[in-house]
Amino acid sequence: MLSYTATRLLECLLVLLVMSFLVYGLIGLMPGDPIDLMISANPDFTAADAQRLKALYGLDRPLLERYGTWLWAALQGDFGYSRLYQQPVGDILLPRLGWTTVLLGTSLALTVMIAIPLGVWAAARPYSRVDYGINMICFAGISVPPFWLALILILLVAVPFQAIPAGGMGEAGAGLLERLRHLFLPVVTLTLASIGGFTRFMRGAMIQALRADHIRTARAKGLSRARILIGHALRHALLPLITVVALSFGTLFSGALITETMFSWSGMGRTIYEATLGNDYNLALVGLLTATGFTLAGNILADLLYAGLDPRISFQTASDGTGGGSTA
Amino acid sequence: MKLPASLAALLMLALVGLPTPADAASKERLVIGISQFPSTLHPSFDSMLAKSYVAGLARRPITAYDPDWNLTCLLCTGLPTYEDGTVTDETAEDGAPGMAVTYSLKPGMVWGDGTPITTADVAFAWRVGHDRETGFDAYELYRRIDRVEVHDDRRFTLHINKRTCDFQGLSDLNLLPAHIERPIFESGAPGDYRQRTAYQTDPTNPALWYGPYRVKDIVTGQRIVLERNPNWWGESPYFDEIVVRTIENTAALTANLRSGDIDMIAGELGIAIDQALAFEESFGEDFQILYNPGLFYEHLDVIQDHPALKERPVRQALIQAIDRQAISDRLFGGKQPVANSNVNPLDSVYYADLPKYAYDPEAAAAKLEEAGWTIGPDGVRTKNGERLSFTLMTTAGNKSREQVQQVLQAQWDAIGADVAIRNEPPRVFFEQTVSKRRFDGVALFAWLSAPESIPRTTLHSDQIPSEENSFIGQNYTGYANPEMDRILEGLETECAPETQARLWRELQTLYATDLPAIPLYFRANSYLLPKNLEGLTPTGHQFPSTLWVEEWRLAE
Repeated sequence: MLSYTATRLLECLLVLLVMSFLVYGLIGLMPGDPIDLMISANPDFTAADAQRLKALYGLDRPLLERYGTWLWAALQGDFGYSRLYQQPVGDILLPRLGWTTVLLGTSLALTVMIAIPLGVWAAARPYSRVDYGINMICFAGISVPPFWLALILILLVAVPFQAIPAGGMGEAGAGLLERLRHLFLPVVTLTLASIGGFTRFMRGAMIQALRADHIRTARAKGLSRARILIGHALRHALLPLITVVALSFGTLFSGALITETMFSWSGMGRTIYEATLGNDYNLALVGLLTATGFTLAGNILADLLYAGLDPRISFQTASDGTGGGSTA
Repeated sequence: MKLPASLAALLMLALVGLPTPADAASKERLVIGISQFPSTLHPSFDSMLAKSYVAGLARRPITAYDPDWNLTCLLCTGLPTYEDGTVTDETAEDGAPGMAVTYSLKPGMVWGDGTPITTADVAFAWRVGHDRETGFDAYELYRRIDRVEVHDDRRFTLHINKRTCDFQGLSDLNLLPAHIERPIFESGAPGDYRQRTAYQTDPTNPALWYGPYRVKDIVTGQRIVLERNPNWWGESPYFDEIVVRTIENTAALTANLRSGDIDMIAGELGIAIDQALAFEESFGEDFQILYNPGLFYEHLDVIQDHPALKERPVRQALIQAIDRQAISDRLFGGKQPVANSNVNPLDSVYYADLPKYAYDPEAAAAKLEEAGWTIGPDGVRTKNGERLSFTLMTTAGNKSREQVQQVLQAQWDAIGADVAIRNEPPRVFFEQTVSKRRFDGVALFAWLSAPESIPRTTLHSDQIPSEENSFIGQNYTGYANPEMDRILEGLETECAPETQARLWRELQTLYATDLPAIPLYFRANSYLLPKNLEGLTPTGHQFPSTLWVEEWRLAE
C-alpha cells in the first residue's frame, strides 16, 4: 500500500511537471502579452518603453528559457508576483482556495446527502411515478444553466427575503451566521445544478446492485426491504459513486466560475479566469496547477478508498511472483 | 406537475416586481455597485476606471474637469496663465523650447494622518515617476518635466522641456505622501516599487489618503469600505461610510440593486444602456435613472489600406447609408446622441458647422456610381475588378455593438457593399487585431478621451502602429494627411485662443470630410440611483462623479 501510494505520488509529480510546461506554453502562445495590453491602453507609450518593459519582464526571451526560469524559481518556492494584484501569487491564491473549498465542499456534501437517498428511492421503485418524478427533477437540474438558476434564485429569495444576501461574502471578521447567510444562495445554486447528475448515477448503480446475486440471496433469507436496500445494495452501489465524488474533489479547488461570478464569491474559478484574461501569467499558471494537483490527489484518494471499502481490491503485488505492479 | 400555489405566488411576485428598496440608502452607509475591481489603489499604476472611481472618494488630482467640463483646480489656488506670469517660456536643458509653469497648493490641506500636504510631496511624486524604471503609466508627463523647483511649502514650478498648449491641466501628476513612501521607495530598486508601496502593502494607512473619505477595509475582488476622513479640509460629506462593491455580472448587479444589497449602480462602471432601459421599463418607478452621454465615442475605424475604403467618396457613401438617428432611437431609446465627428458637442472646442451626413441611401448610391463603383451581377459594386467587399469587426459578446453591426450590414448591403461580420474577444480584438492593424475593413469600438484632448495619437501620420515602431500609436486606420498633421502640431504649440479656435474648426471639418473613422454616436452612461439621492452629477468624462461626493445627500 505504501509503495503503491509512493508510486502514484511520483506519477503525480511527473504529470504536474508536464502540465506546468503545457500550461505555461499555452498561456505563452495566447495572443497578446502584458506589454501589448499597456500599449493599447496608454497613448503615451513609446517604442522604447515597450522594449524596456519587455526586457524587464523577460518577455523578450524565448518561451522555453522563460519557462526554465519560472520552474527553477517555483522549485525554490518562489511563484512570483501577480501582475493584476501586485501581490505574491501565494497570498492571492491561498484565501481563494479556502473560500472555494468552503463553497464547493458544502455544496458537494449537500449534493451527496440529498442525491443518495433520492437515487435509492428512485431505484427502489424503478419506472414508478416516484422514479419518473425524481428523474424529471434531475433532468431539470442538469439542463438549467447555472447563471439562469442563480438569477432566478436571487429574484425569488434575495429580493423578497432581504435577510438572504444576493451576493458577496460578508463583512471582514463576520460571524458564522453572517457567513452562512452569504453562503446560502451560491450553495443552493450549485447543489441544485449538480444534484441531478449524482442522483441519476446513484439510481443506476442501485438498480444494478439490486440485480446482483447476493441481493437475491438476501431476499430469499427473508431480510427486510430496508435492510436489503441500505445494508446490502447501497454498500455495493456506493463504490462507483466514490469514484465520481473523488473525481469531483478536484473541482473543489478549481472553483465554479459562473456561480462565483454571479454571487461575487472570490473563489479559484473567478480568479483563474480573470488572471487568464488579464495576462497575469503567474497567477493563471499557479491557479491551474493547483487545480490539477488536487484533481490528481482526488484520483489517488479514490483508489485508496476503493481498497478500504471493497475487500476484493488489494494493493499487494501478486504473491506468486509472476505478476508485477499494482492490481488496482 | 402542478406548481404549489405558494411557490407560484412567490414567483409571480418576484417577476412582476416586489416592493423595492429604492429609498434604502441611509446616512450611515451608502453601498455602490460597480462591475470592476481596481487592481491597485496606487494612483500612478494601472490606469483604470474602477480605481479612478474609488480614488475620487479618497484623494484628489491637482486639476480636473468639473461636471460642466471646465478645467478647475482641486488642489491648487488657480490655473497658471501667461497673463499672470505663472507661465513663462524658457529654454529647456536640451536646448529645445520649454516652459516654466508655477502652481500654488491650497492652504490647509493635510494627509489622512494630519501631516500637511506640501510641495515636498509634489517633488517626491515627480522624482518617483521621472525614474523610468518605476513604470508609472503616465511616464510621458514625468519625462517632459525636467525638474520641479520648490519655492516654499505651497508654491512650486515645473520646468517642462516641451512647449505645449495643454500646460494648465495637471491631473496625472499624482501626489504621494513623501513621509510614508520615500523610505519605501529608497529601500529597494525602482522596478520593485509597485510591489513595495504602502498602497499595496498597507492600503488602509490613513496617511495615504486625503479626500472626504479614507480607505477603511479592502477585500480584494469584493469590496472597498471607506469611512469619513476626520482630517478632510473641505465640506463634510453626508454619508458616514461608503462601500464600493464589485459585482462583475451586470445581470447580478441589477438583481443586487433590487434585493437592496446595493443602493445604487455607478454610471461610470455599471450596466449597458440597453440593460438600463429594460430595467427602467420594469422598475423605473422605484429608482432614479439618469442617462448621461459622454466622451465614449463609438465609431468605425476604417482601414485606409483597403482598395475600396481608401477612397474618400466610398467612406462618405458608407456614412450616408447608415441611419444613425434610427439606431440611436430604436436601440438606445434616443439616449445616445449621434456623433458628427470625434469631438463631443459638450466640449468647448466643438464646431457646430462641420459637414454632417444625414441618412440618404440614394445619395450614397449615387456617390458610389460617380466614383466608378457600379453594381455587378451579384448585386455587389465593383471597380476595376475590385469588389466593394470588406469585414466588419467588433468585440464579441457586446450585445449593443453586435446589434448595431446587424443594422450596418443590412444598410450597406442595400447600397451594394458586401459586408462580412467577424468578431473577436475584446482581448484579441484590441491587443492583436486593431492595435496591430490586422483588420481588413471596418472596426467598431469606442475611444474615451479628455475634454479638449488633441487627437494626435489617433490621427497623426507618425502614430501609425507598425512592426518597426513596436506597434506604438493609435492611428489604427493608417490615416495620413499632411494637412491633418499640420493642424495637430499647431494645436499643440500655437496657444493663442483665436488660433486654437480656428485649428479646432479646421480639424473637425477635415475629419468629417476625410472620415478616417465613421462617427456613430456618443455612448451614454446609465446611473441607477435611489430616488432620494441628490447632488450626484454625472460628468460624462474621465473624471468620475465621486470627485464631488461632498455634494451627495439624501432628501429629507
